[in-house]
Amino acid sequence: MTLRLPGLLADEIRRHGEAAYPAECCGALVGRAEGEAKAVVRLAPAVNRRTDDPHRYLIAPDDLRRLEARVRADGLEIVGYYHSHPDHPAAPSAFDADHAWPWYSYVIVRVDRGRGADLASWRLDDDRPTMHPEPLDVLSEV
Amino acid sequence: MSVTVAIPTPLRSFTGGRDAVAVTGTTVAEVLDRLLSAHGGLTRHLVQDDGRLRTFVNLYLNDTDIRQLESTATPVHEGDVLTIVPSIAGGRPAIEAAEAALPKLSHAEVLRYSRHLLLPEVGVEGQRRLKAARVLTIGAGGLGSPLSLYLAAAGVGTIGIVDFDVVDLTNLQRQIVHGTATLGRPKLESAKARLTDLNPNVNVIGHEARLTSENALEIIRDYDIVVDGTDNFPTRYLVNDACVLLGKPNVYGSIFRFEGQASLFYAKEGPCYRCLYSEPPPPGLVPSCAEGGVLGVLPGIIGSIQALETIKWIIGAGDSLIGRLVLFDALKLRFRELKLRKDPNCPICGDRPTIHDLIDYQAFCGIGAEPSYDGVEVSVEEFERERAAKGDELVLVDVREPHEYEIVHIDGARLIPLSQLPDRLGELDGHAEIVTQCHHGARSLKALEILKGAGFGRVRSLAGGIDAWAERIEPGMARY
Repeated sequence: MTLRLPGLLADEIRRHGEAAYPAECCGALVGRAEGEAKAVVRLAPAVNRRTDDPHRYLIAPDDLRRLEARVRADGLEIVGYYHSHPDHPAAPSAFDADHAWPWYSYVIVRVDRGRGADLASWRLDDDRPTMHPEPLDVLSEV
Repeated sequence: MSVTVAIPTPLRSFTGGRDAVAVTGTTVAEVLDRLLSAHGGLTRHLVQDDGRLRTFVNLYLNDTDIRQLESTATPVHEGDVLTIVPSIAGGRPAIEAAEAALPKLSHAEVLRYSRHLLLPEVGVEGQRRLKAARVLTIGAGGLGSPLSLYLAAAGVGTIGIVDFDVVDLTNLQRQIVHGTATLGRPKLESAKARLTDLNPNVNVIGHEARLTSENALEIIRDYDIVVDGTDNFPTRYLVNDACVLLGKPNVYGSIFRFEGQASLFYAKEGPCYRCLYSEPPPPGLVPSCAEGGVLGVLPGIIGSIQALETIKWIIGAGDSLIGRLVLFDALKLRFRELKLRKDPNCPICGDRPTIHDLIDYQAFCGIGAEPSYDGVEVSVEEFERERAAKGDELVLVDVREPHEYEIVHIDGARLIPLSQLPDRLGELDGHAEIVTQCHHGARSLKALEILKGAGFGRVRSLAGGIDAWAERIEPGMARY
C-alpha cells in the first residue's frame, strides 16, 4: 500500500513536531482507503498523554473513541498515526513496533535540534513484530 | 448470551473485513476466548505470550472500560457491545543517542574492571554505562552498606547517599561500610571515606538531610535510579511516590529479623510499591530492627540483591525483578518468589491516579496521629526519685522479651512480656502504682493501654525505656 500525504499536511506534521520539541508530538492521519492506496485528507493532532518521559507518546483510548466518532460522522476513517522523533531518525524504535497495530500507517518525522526534517511511513507486518517502510507519496500542491 | 464485538479497522483483515462479530459467552473472558478461537489471526495482536491482554489493548463493554468493572471477569448480557479500542503509543529509543556520549575507560580502569569486561553481558559498553550511571542510595545503614560497597567496586560513576545519622556502636554488627575508627562521625563522611578508598574513580555525593516531601524530588531528579535502603514506612512511600512521579526505577529491599524482601519497582514497566501495599500498616504494628532485631548477615544478602538489580538495570542484562517480589528466609535458607501485578486502581501509577504531588507521609502512615501521652509517661530521673521514696509500692513491669531481660534489666523489675500481658493481668495488684518499661519506651506505652483498658487506674510508662535509664541513671549498665 502507498500512503498519499499532501505536502501541506507533511509540513503541518513537521510544525507539530517542532512545537512539541524536545518532547514528542502525536496525532492521527484522517482520510480514506482507496484500493491499493490510503489518502490522507487532514490531520487530527492529539494530546500526548505521556508527560513523564519526553521520548514516549500515548493517545488515550478515550481520546481515540471521541476522535473516531467525529471522523466517522464525516464519512472518513483513521488511516494511521504520526509522531515525532526528537534528534533521532525517522525509523521506528522497538517500542514503536511493539505497540503498533497492523494496517495503520505510522508516519514518523525526525525533528533535528528543534527543526522538522525528513518523514517516513512505516507499517507493521501482519504477524508482528517488525515494521517495514511503506511507499510515501508527498503530493505537491498545484 | 450473544454479544457484539466491535472490531477496529486495523484488525478487520482478521475477521474477513467485518467490523462486528457476534460471539456468545457469559463473561468478557469467555467472549474473548471464543472470538480468538474463531479468528486466530487476532491472537498475536491482542494477547501476550502469557495469555494476558497486551497493555495497549483496551476493551470497553458498552461505554465503560472493563478495568473499571471486573476486568475480564465482568459478566456480559444479551445485546451488549464489546469494543476493542487500541491505545496508540510509541517513541524514540532513549539509549542509542546516549551511547555515543558514554565516558571512555582509562587503562587503569580497564585493568580494575577486567573481570567484568570478560563477561559479554557487561563488556566495555556495559562498563562505560556503569561509569556514566548516577545511582542514589537512600540510607547508609544495613542495606546501604553492602549496596554502596558493591556499586562503588563495580565502577558506578556517581553514587549519591542520603543520610543524616552518625555511626553508633550498635550499627557495626551489620553496617560494614563503617568501622570502629569512624564511631561518632557522620555516616556520610564515614561511607565516603571507605567507598573512595575502595574505588577512587567513584564520585560520592552526600546529601546530609532527612528525605522529605520538600526535598525528595529535587534530590532524586538528578539520578538515573534509586535504591531504597530505608527502615521506615513514611520514607518508603515517599521514595516510591517520588520515583513514580519522576519516572525513575526504585530498587526496593527490606529486612526484619531473619527475613528479607526485594523487588524492582518501575511504574513505566510494572507495578510500584503502592500496587503491592496500598496502605501502610498501623503505626507500631511492624516493629523496626531497633525493636525486633536483625541478623547482621541478612542486610548483606538483601543489599547485595539490590546492588545486583541496580547493575543489571544499568547494563540492561538478564531478567529484572520488575513484577516479581523475592522473599528470603535466612533460617530456612529459602528463596521464594511472588508475581506482582500493576494495580489499575493504584492511586499513583494506575489508570486514573489521584496522587499528583508528594503528600505528608508522616500523617499518611498515622505517625503523629497517635493519642497524646502527656502525663502518662514518667522520666527516668523522676522515676528514680519516686522509687527511692516509695520503695516496693511502685511496681516496675518490664514488658520486653525474656532474651532482652537476660541482656540487661533494672533491679527489681518484674518481667511480663507484652504478648503475655493480657493473660497475666491477675498477677498485678489493681490498686498498686505501676510503671511499665521496655527498651525505648514504645512497647511500654502499648502495655499501658492494655492495663488502662483492663481498669488499672495508676499506670505510667517509663519514657525512653531501659536505654534512657542506662544512659542517664546507671551509666555502668550494658546497652544494646
